[in-house]
Amino acid sequence: MARIDLRTLAHSYRPNPAGRADYALKPMDMTWRDGGAYALLGPSGCGKTTLLNIISGLLVPSQGQVLFDDEDVTAVIPEDRNIAQVFQFPVIYDTMTVRQNLEFPLRNRRVPEPEIAARVAEIAEALHMTEDLPRKARGLTADAKQKISLGRGLVRQDTAAILFDEPLTVIDPHLKWQLRSQLKALHRRYDFTMIYVTHDQTEALTFADSVVVMHDGEVVQVGTPEELFERPAHTFVGYFIGSPGMNVLPCTVDGRTARVGASEIALARAYAPRNGKVELGVRPEFVRVAPAGAGAESGGVPVRVTGVEDVGRYRIARLRLEGHPMAAILPDDARIDGDTAAVSFDPAHVNVYVDDHRVEGEA
Amino acid sequence: MQTRPVNQKAWFLVLPVVVLVAFSAIIPLMTVVNYSVQDTFGNNQFFWVGLEWFDDIIHSERFHDAFLRQILFSALILAIQVPLGIVVALCMPKSRFWTAVVLVLMALPLLIPWNVVGTIWQIFGRVDIGLLGKTLFSLGIDYNYTQDPIDAWVTVVVMDVWHWTSLVALLCYAGLQSIPDAYYQAARIDGASRWAVFRHIQLPKMKRVLLIAVLLRFMDSFMIYTEPFVVTGGGPGNSTTFLSIDLVKMAIGQFDLGKAAAMSIIYFLTILLLSWVFYTVMTSSDASDRKPRG
Repeated sequence: MARIDLRTLAHSYRPNPAGRADYALKPMDMTWRDGGAYALLGPSGCGKTTLLNIISGLLVPSQGQVLFDDEDVTAVIPEDRNIAQVFQFPVIYDTMTVRQNLEFPLRNRRVPEPEIAARVAEIAEALHMTEDLPRKARGLTADAKQKISLGRGLVRQDTAAILFDEPLTVIDPHLKWQLRSQLKALHRRYDFTMIYVTHDQTEALTFADSVVVMHDGEVVQVGTPEELFERPAHTFVGYFIGSPGMNVLPCTVDGRTARVGASEIALARAYAPRNGKVELGVRPEFVRVAPAGAGAESGGVPVRVTGVEDVGRYRIARLRLEGHPMAAILPDDARIDGDTAAVSFDPAHVNVYVDDHRVEGEA
Repeated sequence: MQTRPVNQKAWFLVLPVVVLVAFSAIIPLMTVVNYSVQDTFGNNQFFWVGLEWFDDIIHSERFHDAFLRQILFSALILAIQVPLGIVVALCMPKSRFWTAVVLVLMALPLLIPWNVVGTIWQIFGRVDIGLLGKTLFSLGIDYNYTQDPIDAWVTVVVMDVWHWTSLVALLCYAGLQSIPDAYYQAARIDGASRWAVFRHIQLPKMKRVLLIAVLLRFMDSFMIYTEPFVVTGGGPGNSTTFLSIDLVKMAIGQFDLGKAAAMSIIYFLTILLLSWVFYTVMTSSDASDRKPRG
């Protein structure tokens, strides 16, 4: 088990990176707590897999260091790093039985025979695969194969961290849930540091105690699922987490008031006027919709209603505020008549962004 | 068990192919069968002889010798070209540019007409004017493929290796290219040696293309005619007279049509049988574990 530190780490696939745009991974400092369960969340191409491959040692970063428990392993090859990785598509050794697959990493490291037998038996039991041990690995289903790849990581006693690169992509939906809870149980039992790459936010939020959101080669926020939801540090996080995503409206701020066009919106904290791109962000969950004309005295801002979608558990109102599109989640009893309405925002849940980054107001 | 609807009309869709194959293969084959059970003295007169020609061929020492030479030749070809092809495929350069260059160079021998290949090597190996023959001669090596049976064999085998190893290499290379990177990455993390990567990842993933390579190389080498005919003409003596060369001598040289027809059929069935054996042996391990668990 180990804590993993990344120090001013950056990576470019080009030999001579010129500008920031040439970096697949922009300079970052990160600490992955020993025994933590992290989800690495972000859209395709944001650098998740690059980061993972650097931690596992498959890729040597162009700059910066990787430390395992304060020991610099930047130049250490993968097999000496005590890292296991589970890939998007199950990797198993076709010609071997399940048992031989699980034994393989230990045999390569010349572990004594009795220890191999004991470890394999233990891990097979933990994976609920004891009776599959004598089978040929090739004939197994995708989820069983994925469990074997995980098992090859777990079987090594010294495994410090297990990295998962979207491991449930090829698994049937009804088995995904099962495999996820099994993985959670294994994490509790073996207490390995777990870094789980995904672009599925439900997967990330149900899994991890800490979610790392990446965007365009940068880590934009590290936090608990609640923090990501309540206080997105970057407009991208607001947009990416939650369905529908956070409403982002261009505005100007002055004190406890934000102005979107001619409409005024109350803020919980005071902000000094800012230069740059100023926006306010509010989640559709914290937008209240009232009938039109409930007007100025109750703090409502007039909006045009462009549609209402019923997505099953709740309804989403599609609105336009001063011409800017936004969404609101409607409570069951809410009614909207005609194509105008008034909205009010819960001030505690209105965030202010300058150049896409969240700024704190003064009390 | 699921029952599927059966529609016998589908047979009509197969009909064009059946007709085509009938005219291109089955009917010509039947004429050979026809010759093989009759004797003729010209004038379009035929006499029924039953299986006498087959009996003759099977007990003929000349056929036995040619058959053994053929088996030995094919065995040598497979034993050299398959491992060599795999090695070449594994050693392909990593850079895109050099891969392209090597692929083109390797494809060249495959594009040369077979009798030209024979002619190239016939001249290449000549002791008086050939680059190879003359070099060997001046190095003091007593090499002469027109007089020494061993030299003739070496020349024919080396020629075939030059001509066809690229095919095996190209097929293996295609097989290797289809292996996802994750396999190599997982193997590195598992601490696998270079040999283990070959044995447990590359070889199993190449199995299908290797099956094709072995079948193609077996069939082609077993039927080889043009190149050795051009280089050695089957000699010296009968030392490089393979089955097809012997067959042509019998049919066209001696005009023994019945005997040649019987030999053709035996030849054909042998290739069919051996190909089936290769196929069955190489796919047998697949069948045993292709039962996904329910």
